[in-house]
Amino acid sequence: MTETQFWTFFFIILTFGIYIIIAWRSRVKETKEFYVASQGVPTLANGAAVAADWMSAASFIGMAGLIAFLGSDGSVYLMGWTGGYVLLALLLAPYLRKWGKFTVPEFVGDRYSESVRIVAAIAAIVVSFTYVVGQMAGGGIVFSRFLNLSVEWGVVLVAVVIFVYAVLGGMKGITYTQVAQYTVLIIAYLIPAFAVAYQTTGIPVPQISYGQILTELDSLSVEFGLNEFTEAFSGRAGGQIDVFLVTLSLMLGTAGLPHVIIRFYTTKTVRGARYSAFWALFFISLLYLTAPAVGAFTKLNLLQGVQGQGPDSLPDWINTWGATGLVTVNEDAESIQTVSNLATSGADLIVNNDILVLASPEIGGLPAPIVGLMAAGGMAAAMSTAAGLLLVISSAASHDLYFRVFKKNGASEKEQMMVGRIAMGVAILFAIWAGINPPAFVAQVVAFAFGLAAASFFPILILGIFWKKANGPGATAGMLTGLAFTGTYMIYTLEVFGTSANEHILNVSPEGIGAVGAAVNFVVTIVVSKLTAPPSAAVQEMVEDIRYPQTRKAAVRS
Amino acid sequence: MSDVAHEGISGGPPEAEDISWRKRYWKKNLRLMITLLAIWFTVSFGFGILLIEPLNNIVILGFPLGLWFAQQGSIYVFVILILVYALWMDRIDDEFGVAERNEEGGYK
Repeated sequence: MTETQFWTFFFIILTFGIYIIIAWRSRVKETKEFYVASQGVPTLANGAAVAADWMSAASFIGMAGLIAFLGSDGSVYLMGWTGGYVLLALLLAPYLRKWGKFTVPEFVGDRYSESVRIVAAIAAIVVSFTYVVGQMAGGGIVFSRFLNLSVEWGVVLVAVVIFVYAVLGGMKGITYTQVAQYTVLIIAYLIPAFAVAYQTTGIPVPQISYGQILTELDSLSVEFGLNEFTEAFSGRAGGQIDVFLVTLSLMLGTAGLPHVIIRFYTTKTVRGARYSAFWALFFISLLYLTAPAVGAFTKLNLLQGVQGQGPDSLPDWINTWGATGLVTVNEDAESIQTVSNLATSGADLIVNNDILVLASPEIGGLPAPIVGLMAAGGMAAAMSTAAGLLLVISSAASHDLYFRVFKKNGASEKEQMMVGRIAMGVAILFAIWAGINPPAFVAQVVAFAFGLAAASFFPILILGIFWKKANGPGATAGMLTGLAFTGTYMIYTLEVFGTSANEHILNVSPEGIGAVGAAVNFVVTIVVSKLTAPPSAAVQEMVEDIRYPQTRKAAVRS
Repeated sequence: MSDVAHEGISGGPPEAEDISWRKRYWKKNLRLMITLLAIWFTVSFGFGILLIEPLNNIVILGFPLGLWFAQQGSIYVFVILILVYALWMDRIDDEFGVAERNEEGGYK
């Protein structure tokens, strides 16, 4: 066992143990605890849980690497994934909390109609499931690199741990586990970042000090055939329009993703939902403000490390990561002249985006315990998001489909809990299977999940809250056209389900189409609502009622 | 607080006063929301995307200003916007007697 492996085992066993203990202590017996943690989660804890829920393997493992190669255009992820929280905090969270039941499809069902509920429940399952497969695969990569475990067993191990704490503790267990996972992942992210920043510039605040290396990074990048880090619109082929639309899609998608929204149902009050949103973005920003610095420093260290080196004198990390197939050196090259993140580019050194964060301590020459800590952080990010998504899948399947559609006469508390747990168990089995045999679309998971959430949920939630006249037929038509339009364009432009990738229309990439789909959904919902009868007085009164934090009299209406 | 007694009772016209507090509350909320969203749009889509190239000619601490807004500045502003919203809404809640502060358990 190498030193790195020892420390990885140490941190993984330690953190997994903590998660299980927390789950055991917060195990639940009632549906209200299972789905929304009895709406008793303190604001600060909920903020940390949202942050862990939100920051997935993509944020932790992938994002800084993407930014390193995209440069300025990497801001689509930074602004998109954080700016959505402003929309969520101001336009959705307080109102959905006031209405306050268990799931997003349930709000949609009460506000519009049963058919919209079913569409929403299916959309929630599809979006969450696509996303969860990516988390499983991400966890598998971490295990195969650091523990020499096969990817299959890595996925199974992750799934077993999630199963224990999610099925046992439901939302309550997941919430407090996520608080612990946030702590682990943020420590694991910040320590190496601060160390690398100090080593490179002498200032241990990466957010400030990466400015100092930008000029050097630009000239070095050009030397290796890469685009300049600081030049706008050089990283994405679609240019300014595409950067605009992708940022907007990610923002609308963030605000519309069910696994994030339901976390705001768990606070004690409407006021608590507002402050939860603040703490959530505060905790998220600690990682997101650091990611571009990690990207810049790691890229600089990487390029400096291979500059002028022949195949025999390359840094050690190239060999260790070479074993995973994520780093390849062109055997014909006498020295490294070109570097790329694209496998097809034919460059002398090809580095996959996804390894930059996990490899940053090694690239920067940091000691083994930090490498182990990084692995535990990556696992925490993948597991916390996977657990949150599995809860959405389970609640949509049991609460919104099974009990509303098949068992209308109602069921006992015990029966509901049982079905919720069985649904979660089935979802985990599916996730294991899909994590081991990832379907082709996992690579485009980001585009799919966010684009579809932006085009389906965001418009009908906003109109449901801010426009009393929005009605069931309008929402059904809007959601279906938004989904169909966005899905069709994605399938047209991406290589998925055996289709071939076609040219982008008007420079709009598949990641950016969700914003257009959302506009289509808005227009269709409004037009159809105008042409059909307005919703009942009771529904309009409900919309009126969610606008105010609490009724001014003592008695609570239900 | 006598003006709230009829709140939410359906059937029959609600009292004029009842409606008026709700409308004023909602109007203040909307005005705050629109102001904050205008700032949100300006720093992100405005400075970080539409005006990024001219702003990049200004360099502070090594950062071209447009790039700084796109990768750092907009995120700082987002965090502050949500905090301002939560604090300001507390004041509006107080003004209209719908504050929930006590239920949070001694916060503030």
